[in-house]
Amino acid sequence: MASAQPARGTRTDKRTDRTWTADRLRSAVHDVVTAHDPATTDPVEFLGALFDAGLAWVHFPPGHGGLSAPRALQSVVDDELTAAGAPPRAPGLHTIGLGMAAPVLLAFGDEAQKKRFLRPLFTRREVWCQLFSEPGAGSDLAALATRAERDEATGDWVVNGQKVWTSVAHEAHWGLLVARTGPELPKHQGLSYFLVDMRAPGVEVRPLRQATGEAEFNEVFLTDVRIPDTHRVGAVGDGWKVASGTLMNERVAIGAGAMPREGGLAGGLARLWRERPELRTSGLHSSVVRAWVDAEALRLTAERLRQQLAAGQPGPEGSAAKIAFAGLNQRMSGLALDLLGEEGLGYDDWTFRRPEPDDDFSTRSFGFFYLRTKGNSIEGGTTEILRNVIAERVLGLPPEPRSDKTIPWKDLPR
Amino acid sequence: MSTEPTVDLLYNEVEDELRLPLRALLADRCPAVALLARIESDEPYDTGLWRALGAELGVTGLSVPEEYGGAGAGWRETAVVLEELGRAVAPVPYLGSSVLVTAALMAADETRVLPEVAAGRRAAALAVPFSTSPGLPFPDAVRLSGSALSGTVTSVADALPARVLLVPATGAAGPGLYLVDLAAAGDTVTVTPRRSLDLTRPLADLTLRSAPAVPVALGNEAIRVLEVALTTGAALLASEQLGVAEWCLTTTVGYVRERHQFGRPVGSFQAVKHRLADLYGLVSQARAVARNAVAALDAGSPHTALEASLAQAFVSEAVVETAEAALQLHGGIGFTWEHPVHLYLKRAKSGALALGTADRHRSALALLVDLPPAA
Ligand SMILES: Cc1cc2nc3c(=O)[nH]c(=O)nc-3n(C[C@H](O)[C@H](O)[C@H](O)COP(=O)(O)OP(=O)(O)OC[C@H]3O[C@@H](n4cnc5c(N)ncnc54)[C@H](O)[C@@H]3O)c2cc1C
Repeated sequence: MASAQPARGTRTDKRTDRTWTADRLRSAVHDVVTAHDPATTDPVEFLGALFDAGLAWVHFPPGHGGLSAPRALQSVVDDELTAAGAPPRAPGLHTIGLGMAAPVLLAFGDEAQKKRFLRPLFTRREVWCQLFSEPGAGSDLAALATRAERDEATGDWVVNGQKVWTSVAHEAHWGLLVARTGPELPKHQGLSYFLVDMRAPGVEVRPLRQATGEAEFNEVFLTDVRIPDTHRVGAVGDGWKVASGTLMNERVAIGAGAMPREGGLAGGLARLWRERPELRTSGLHSSVVRAWVDAEALRLTAERLRQQLAAGQPGPEGSAAKIAFAGLNQRMSGLALDLLGEEGLGYDDWTFRRPEPDDDFSTRSFGFFYLRTKGNSIEGGTTEILRNVIAERVLGLPPEPRSDKTIPWKDLPR
Repeated sequence: MSTEPTVDLLYNEVEDELRLPLRALLADRCPAVALLARIESDEPYDTGLWRALGAELGVTGLSVPEEYGGAGAGWRETAVVLEELGRAVAPVPYLGSSVLVTAALMAADETRVLPEVAAGRRAAALAVPFSTSPGLPFPDAVRLSGSALSGTVTSVADALPARVLLVPATGAAGPGLYLVDLAAAGDTVTVTPRRSLDLTRPLADLTLRSAPAVPVALGNEAIRVLEVALTTGAALLASEQLGVAEWCLTTTVGYVRERHQFGRPVGSFQAVKHRLADLYGLVSQARAVARNAVAALDAGSPHTALEASLAQAFVSEAVVETAEAALQLHGGIGFTWEHPVHLYLKRAKSGALALGTADRHRSALALLVDLPPAA
């Protein structure tokens, strides 16, 4: 690289280095793609080189995939990489790693954790999953019952419990886990946050078939799973705080993905309309045009959100985009089936299969999307819960009356 | 569809700085009680406020180059003014004079009256029905014979305080745009107030009887200039509508936090919270869409017509939904004349009909993005 990076471990680590300009970043990208031709370099190696050059997340500190540069400059890097033919940022199975684990490690992880986990996460060597929900605790996440108990002899944590609806657990190397460490405390206070090795003894992953026929998510049984204390994130009892940070990032990741005009289902619906004039009716025309308009409104909102986030951390505002994203996807896929008529009566594939890293979802039928998008208003917080979040945290309306905030978790009725 | 270049959808520092004094002035000069009193008076427009916007704040000609008496800023800044005027439902002829006519004069390189209009010394109005959508055939309500205009144009916005009219007319030689100086026109022009749905933006009918007129643009150029004016208006109206929607949302949130029924604030009931959360989402989306239209306009993008129609297709419905919910969630008090929410509902609904309904803009958009209607 042309210029010296700020020394590691100095105060600049925490601050943004304003001396990074778009031009300097472009030349940094140029150096990487010259040394590692994306056309011939193995993707893992290429991503590793990007990480080492601080171009993974430019606002992260040096040594952890960043340059402490203003976050807004990431788009300069990404544009330059796309132009150079670098592999696309298509996370697929890596959504949780890139969208949730990385920002949570940055905000709450210690140096050793950042060092250990960020690079393989970015190079896609290690897949992550999120072990939050339980059969008895979905929307009411703080009610979860999975226990983590300290083994006083070794300092390890021993975990027992059951998680459910865990996306990509079957591919995952690491899991973000929230578990109860203080059952005698009120429910939000007795939680702690861990990184769990999904290949550790006592972790059992069973596929859970979903409405689409395939098994994207799983049940995860945790039996005497040992987690070293070095894999705890944040203080004991701070699990709720760390988890809330994860969830904010999740909602932004779901609701504010970068999209071109007519990206995603909006494009599929528009092409269907253009290519199949025999299917057109005037009533559906107005619905299709409305959906196009709404998709643009959402795309621009997500773009605006991203421009805002470039300056700071995700706030609860991302929840509104996530609600709109879910509703619109559901509407558009339903509309496509209406349009298809007889063809819409069929389905492409009911095979009980698990998604693979290189699955190309764009080839699936509208029937599949009609079913899959029903999960969009449930996963990552239901639409109802997110409305509560907006009403209370953005608009400042009075909270739901609750009786469970002060009672020790162990005494709560279940 | 090609990928659009990323546009800046946020507010920059200049825009933020512009907003503050404006909001303070509006809070001072047109609070709700004053508005309610004014709409019952003989002077529905606030000429004092209009002078302040021109002389004190210099925002009436923001988009006009300095050499023609403007501020040499752009449409992005103009949009911020419109947001604030919308938030206050301020009764001033800004949309007609500083947007519709100013856009036309600039598109036509017509600089004779531009400095006066830019400075706000002479308010101007575009003589078309306020419901006129971009993309319609050139109006033929007014005819040119010799160098004088005759005809009637109904439901013109901002005509009451206007000193200058910009009139589309057709003559033997085809379409043309003409300036009519109302001081010089004497009784060849009558401006008749109309009872309008929007009390804070009254409409008027214009009758011209051989009114003396000066040509501004002729033939295809007149068609182009009028289209620029209407498209600019449609794009910027979305910002005014955004201001209206923001007032409705903020005021309603404030109200339901204070108002108690059944022993708790009504804003603690989930049915109310969820409706407001949805409106918050709608208003955030309206903001992104409005900013996008303004950015296209300001950059002189070739897609301005598309983005303006997108804005009107989305924001017109969002603002009406927000205003209707605001009235509902205010309960009985919201239905009274003394509470200002009805002024916002009236502005919201008439704004949604102005410069093309959402439906018209959707139809226009469908063709622009190659989603043709069913055969
Ligand atoms: C496709 C998919 C992938 C998922 N992936 C993961 C994952 O990777 N990791 C993970 O941890 N979890 C995952 N989940 C689980 C998801 O987070 C939960 O399903 C979700 O939080 C809802 O919890 P629940 O299913 O227990 O529903 P419940 O909480 O039982 O809710 C049932 C209904 O009641 C409503 N409701 C509940 N509480 C309230 C309230 N206070 N006010 C109003 N309405 C309320 C809900 O909105 C819902 O409509 C996934 C779910 C899906 C569908």
